[in-house]
Amino acid sequence: MRWLPWIGVAALALIPFLGLGNYPLHLIILCLLWGFIYTGWAVMGRLGLTSLGHGAFLGIGAYVVVMCWNHFGLSPWIGTPIALVVAALVACIIGYPCFRLKIVGHYFALVTMALSEIARMVIVALRDQTGGSLGATPQTALADTSWSIAALQFSSKTVWFYIVLAFWLAGLWVWTRVDRSMARIALEAISQEEDAAASIGISVTRLKLTITIISALMTCVGGVLYAQYQLYINPETVSGIGVSLQMVFGAIAGGMYVRIGPTVGAVFTLLLAEVLRLALGHDIHGLDTMLYGLLLVLFIIFMPKGILGAAAQAWQRRHRAARTATVSN
Amino acid sequence: MFDIFLLEAVINGILFGGVLALLALGLNLIFGVIDVVWICYAELIMIGMYAVYYLHAVYGWPLWLVFPLCILIVAFLGVLLHQFVIRPVLAAEPINQLLVTGGVLFFLQGVATLAFGVEFKNIGVQLPQIQLGELYLSAARLVAFVVALVSMVGLSLFLKRTYLGTAIRAIAQDRAVMPMMGVNPQRIFLITSALGGALAGLAACLLVLQYDIHPAIGLTFGPVVFLVCVLGGLGNLLGGFAAAFIFAQFISVGGYFFHLEWGYVIAFLFFIAAMFVKPQGLFGAKS
Repeated sequence: MRWLPWIGVAALALIPFLGLGNYPLHLIILCLLWGFIYTGWAVMGRLGLTSLGHGAFLGIGAYVVVMCWNHFGLSPWIGTPIALVVAALVACIIGYPCFRLKIVGHYFALVTMALSEIARMVIVALRDQTGGSLGATPQTALADTSWSIAALQFSSKTVWFYIVLAFWLAGLWVWTRVDRSMARIALEAISQEEDAAASIGISVTRLKLTITIISALMTCVGGVLYAQYQLYINPETVSGIGVSLQMVFGAIAGGMYVRIGPTVGAVFTLLLAEVLRLALGHDIHGLDTMLYGLLLVLFIIFMPKGILGAAAQAWQRRHRAARTATVSN
Repeated sequence: MFDIFLLEAVINGILFGGVLALLALGLNLIFGVIDVVWICYAELIMIGMYAVYYLHAVYGWPLWLVFPLCILIVAFLGVLLHQFVIRPVLAAEPINQLLVTGGVLFFLQGVATLAFGVEFKNIGVQLPQIQLGELYLSAARLVAFVVALVSMVGLSLFLKRTYLGTAIRAIAQDRAVMPMMGVNPQRIFLITSALGGALAGLAACLLVLQYDIHPAIGLTFGPVVFLVCVLGGLGNLLGGFAAAFIFAQFISVGGYFFHLEWGYVIAFLFFIAAMFVKPQGLFGAKS
């Protein structure tokens, strides 16, 4: 079973050679990109830190880089570190007092929701620079060439596929590193019983802050990739409560306690939207949102561990039943 | 120099505070009793606004009949929400209860888009502007302000003076003990949900006089209402009431000095700062 993931990765890497055409490849890129972002959210989300503020980090990644490029001519190679520093700072400014004062559960979710709304409002309010609700487009560097490394713009979807695949794998690597660290065990203890964890010498604030910064940085990188790939951003799609909830639900639907769960969630939600659009056409607005919401409600009620979590449970149950059967025979 | 426009902003802020206070009232009641945050609260109001629009502007029913009907419809939605969505997850992790209503948010938005379209709709009833010297005030906001005050008083009287109200407060204090005292918590929860829904319906009747209706309207004031509730201490009716006015003042006066969005940004920043000073809300009890 150890080599199974590597075969999977190799199979994924061969996808561009299948000649799928631009549209399926586009969908696969989006799945991996959102899978990466949802994974970033779940790194902290599965430890009981339910943030509704990740829209802010996504927005910082997307807007800081595009604004640096459009207004100051700074390449994304410089803009990205700036965005990462900003995201880390914001994560500290919000996280430190929250964790220090033990703001958890509902309160944490709602405070972080304020953060994502602030990000959206600031983007809209700075409309002279950001274009407000109309959104922004990074100035193209592809006028007479098909790719520009300095501007991080590529017209080829294949190039984007490999970039996003690399980041997605890096995201899974971060997840694994966190998963195998002592910090994860400590954080799980914290999410169960914070005071008890503190009493045995776990540094609650520092651990929570570390995991929050990791998660914020991943989301911020996701924002950069999204902006550079789509070449269009607007405040609603990269910040605010809508996209923040979308991240939470993506992770939950797939199963946030399993490494590729958030990615499965991304595949599931994107395919759902696409299938509905293909089946019903562009004219019927709202049906996809409606079914999406309905499914989320059903998921949280009947499958709170998500698709993969439920599958794993069913597998274990069958396994155990089979074993008991053998024993009784 | 005396600034008449600043005064107008302050007064508008107070009136807007009344609307926010009414919105916060229902949400706080639900949280105080059932321990659940209805993230989709603003979407219930949106459905109520559509109900008013269709019954009044399309079918031509008179407003005095439509408004009570709207309140009943949304109260019924509140009951449905509790029975079919909240009840199955009452024993689950608290955060799941918050998120499940987030799913309802998308669901209702989708339903509204599907059934009513994305166009902005207006019921075509315009209350006049009231002129006081050089001040211009919106009558719709004034009405909302008064109704908010009246319903606040009414709700607290109901909770303090009636048997049912006492049972609701008792459940809010200790959910485990009350069944032994002969109170059926599920029934109380349903009644509270209906009450919370009714308050949302009432808010819908007032908001429909001021704003155009569209499927995403919930997102424009929903987040603000949650923050008002948290600022006042979740579940604290009086705290939410006071916080609504503070919040509205920041939005109105901040918006006057800079721009409307900056008013919101300032109010949100104030909210985050306040959370760090008093994590249980400005008026929250120390738990």
